[in-house]
Amino acid sequence: MESVYLAIPLASLFGAVIAGFFGKQIGRNIAHWVTILGVGTSFILALVVLKDVAFDGAAVYNEALYTWMVSDGIRFEIGFLVDSLTAIMMVVVTSVSLMVHIYTIGYMHDDPGYQRFFSYISLFTFAMLMLVMSNNFLQLFFGWEAVGLVSYLLIGFWFKKETAIYANLKAFMVNRVGDFGFLLGIAVILMYTGSLDYYEVFSNSSRMTSETMEVIPGIEWSVITLACILLFVGAMGKSAQVPLHVWLPDSMEGPTPISALIHAATMVTAGIFMVARMSPLFELSETALSVVIVIGATTAFFMGLVGIVQNDIKRVVAYSTLSQLGYMTVALGASAYSAAIFHLMTHAFFKALLFLAAGSVIIAMHHEQDIRKMGGLKKYMPITYWVSLIGSLSLVGFPGFSGYFSKDAIISAVHNSSIPGAGYAYWMVLLGVFVTAFYSFRMFFLVFHGKERMDEHTREHLHETPPVVTLPLILLAIPSAIIGWLAIDGILFSGFLDQPIFVLSEHDTMATVGQTFHGPASFVAHGFSEPALYLAFAGIASSWYIYLKKPEIAEWFKTTFSFIYNLLDQKYYFDKFNETVFATTSRGIGHVLFRIGDALMIDGLVVNGSAKLVGWMSGVVRQVQTGYLNHYAFAMISGLILLLGWAILG
Amino acid sequence: MTVSLSHYLILAAVLFSISIAGIVINRKNIIILLMSIEIMLLAVNLNFIAFSHYLNDLAGQVFVFFILTVAAAEAAIGLAILVVLFRNKQSINVADINELKG
Repeated sequence: MESVYLAIPLASLFGAVIAGFFGKQIGRNIAHWVTILGVGTSFILALVVLKDVAFDGAAVYNEALYTWMVSDGIRFEIGFLVDSLTAIMMVVVTSVSLMVHIYTIGYMHDDPGYQRFFSYISLFTFAMLMLVMSNNFLQLFFGWEAVGLVSYLLIGFWFKKETAIYANLKAFMVNRVGDFGFLLGIAVILMYTGSLDYYEVFSNSSRMTSETMEVIPGIEWSVITLACILLFVGAMGKSAQVPLHVWLPDSMEGPTPISALIHAATMVTAGIFMVARMSPLFELSETALSVVIVIGATTAFFMGLVGIVQNDIKRVVAYSTLSQLGYMTVALGASAYSAAIFHLMTHAFFKALLFLAAGSVIIAMHHEQDIRKMGGLKKYMPITYWVSLIGSLSLVGFPGFSGYFSKDAIISAVHNSSIPGAGYAYWMVLLGVFVTAFYSFRMFFLVFHGKERMDEHTREHLHETPPVVTLPLILLAIPSAIIGWLAIDGILFSGFLDQPIFVLSEHDTMATVGQTFHGPASFVAHGFSEPALYLAFAGIASSWYIYLKKPEIAEWFKTTFSFIYNLLDQKYYFDKFNETVFATTSRGIGHVLFRIGDALMIDGLVVNGSAKLVGWMSGVVRQVQTGYLNHYAFAMISGLILLLGWAILG
Repeated sequence: MTVSLSHYLILAAVLFSISIAGIVINRKNIIILLMSIEIMLLAVNLNFIAFSHYLNDLAGQVFVFFILTVAAAEAAIGLAILVVLFRNKQSINVADINELKG
């Protein structure tokens, strides 16, 4: 199996290298074929691995393939850990990636950077696979940074567009904040356990629970809490949790396939995956879990609210992604790691679907993204309409659709959780259901129903997108609809993830949920006795009423509660705050450092100063050289006498 | 009173010191400088001859002949340079020749 594991990431890398380095020579067709074949190979092999792990009961594979170096007993290795968690992630990543590859043929059809784009998305697939397959922190960090890099490259793919450059820089910088925490977390772990290997760290985690550390003088921190919170800061950056979420909405400046692949389905879930993978550590720190659940709950509800006032079709979906990532984080905090992974999986499918459907609308609308200028697209784009409906129903948690199972599992788990902050989180995720339904169907109704608000020219050219675009939509709509029903038993309640995920028995909220689980049908039936379902219905109904029947209500709300509207429209002033406080301060610090550190100290003192010192000393020394022969002769003679004296007397 | 080796050596040392003084103190004329150098050489020659006689070894006297010829050649070159120098600077004043400085 080792060669199969190795082939999975390398197949994608191969495609990326060919398309990237020889893109000009091989032309467009071969570039997309070679990358699609590469990722396709990865996908098929990932399916083989999943079958092996899930159905044939293959043992956990945990081997180092290559030792980069051994320094002071610490081994830096490249190795794979393949267990059920990895297998699920691999299939999710490669399947969504494959769909996006196919879709890109249609979406980027006329783009001059066609081969470059394929190279990047294949490279991304490679990096993400390295991240999820890693068996040590070093390789995890490599994958972590590599996906960040590709994300940066792809947000700024249209590098002549100023907003795109701004957005990719912003994404990169915000991620630096998170990655700094992540790196510190790894450092703490390495310091106390002396190893980077997951299993060694997990088995030595007791060394961290018994120790305390003073980060701020006078305040003792348990090392495990510190390590987990630092790791979670990394996850907050990557998975866009408040307050490090600001980069994700702006990342919509990139091409739509990227928003689907990187900023919805896979990369942003790396943080969720990482915390789930580190569950043996997070379980040991109740404080860290509390932090996780509170931050997740805040993100889930408040970012959903912002989604209501957005008018850019992609930004609505982006805020929805933030909110759903919040749900996953809440599940992590409630120790329902398997529910988080389950939601990660269903979300990957339906959110990729929604993004790609939004992309399909954008193609048809000639790159118009404002939903106020759409409407009534149902009759022009039937396939996009139906897949969007499936995606939206799955997102809001309509009974029977994938999102319903995963979201309901999370809400039930949070309800059972006794972690401090779980009560707050429960209300947030519950209200979040209403908000999710409201903004999803607001967008859906504004785009596909109601009056046709586009201009005459656009309407004349409106038609369904080509099969290369609609085929991935249909292929993604299938798992969006049914994967929840099929997989809930397998992933959540059959002990499939028990091996990689460690849950303390007193935190085991999923076990309580599992006691009432008797198959997916009864799970659906049970949902009718829970408030979440009615909130979802209420959300759909109210958005239907407000945006299709009485649009003046929205206007009335906007003018009457202009304070709330502005707060949401300005995204809680996070951007303003960052710009005025952090950006200004760091520019100020930078200016001071430039003036004092660079201009004065380095340029003035070190560089020019040493030159001046040499000049001054030479000026002194040159006085010795008068040019008069007798002086020179005298110097020679006195030197001679001195030497002679020294030779004779000394 | 007999003239011993030390008398010769003292005379040579006196000559040598005079020539050094001539080089160092002199600020007027380059010809004096050249003459001082000649005296210096002669002082050395005197030492050679004195020791040669004292040690009964002719090699020293042979050496002196060589040194005299070389000194003659050197004096010729020195004077030639002096002429060229004078053509360039219209002066043989030592104080005027101070180009070689930092």
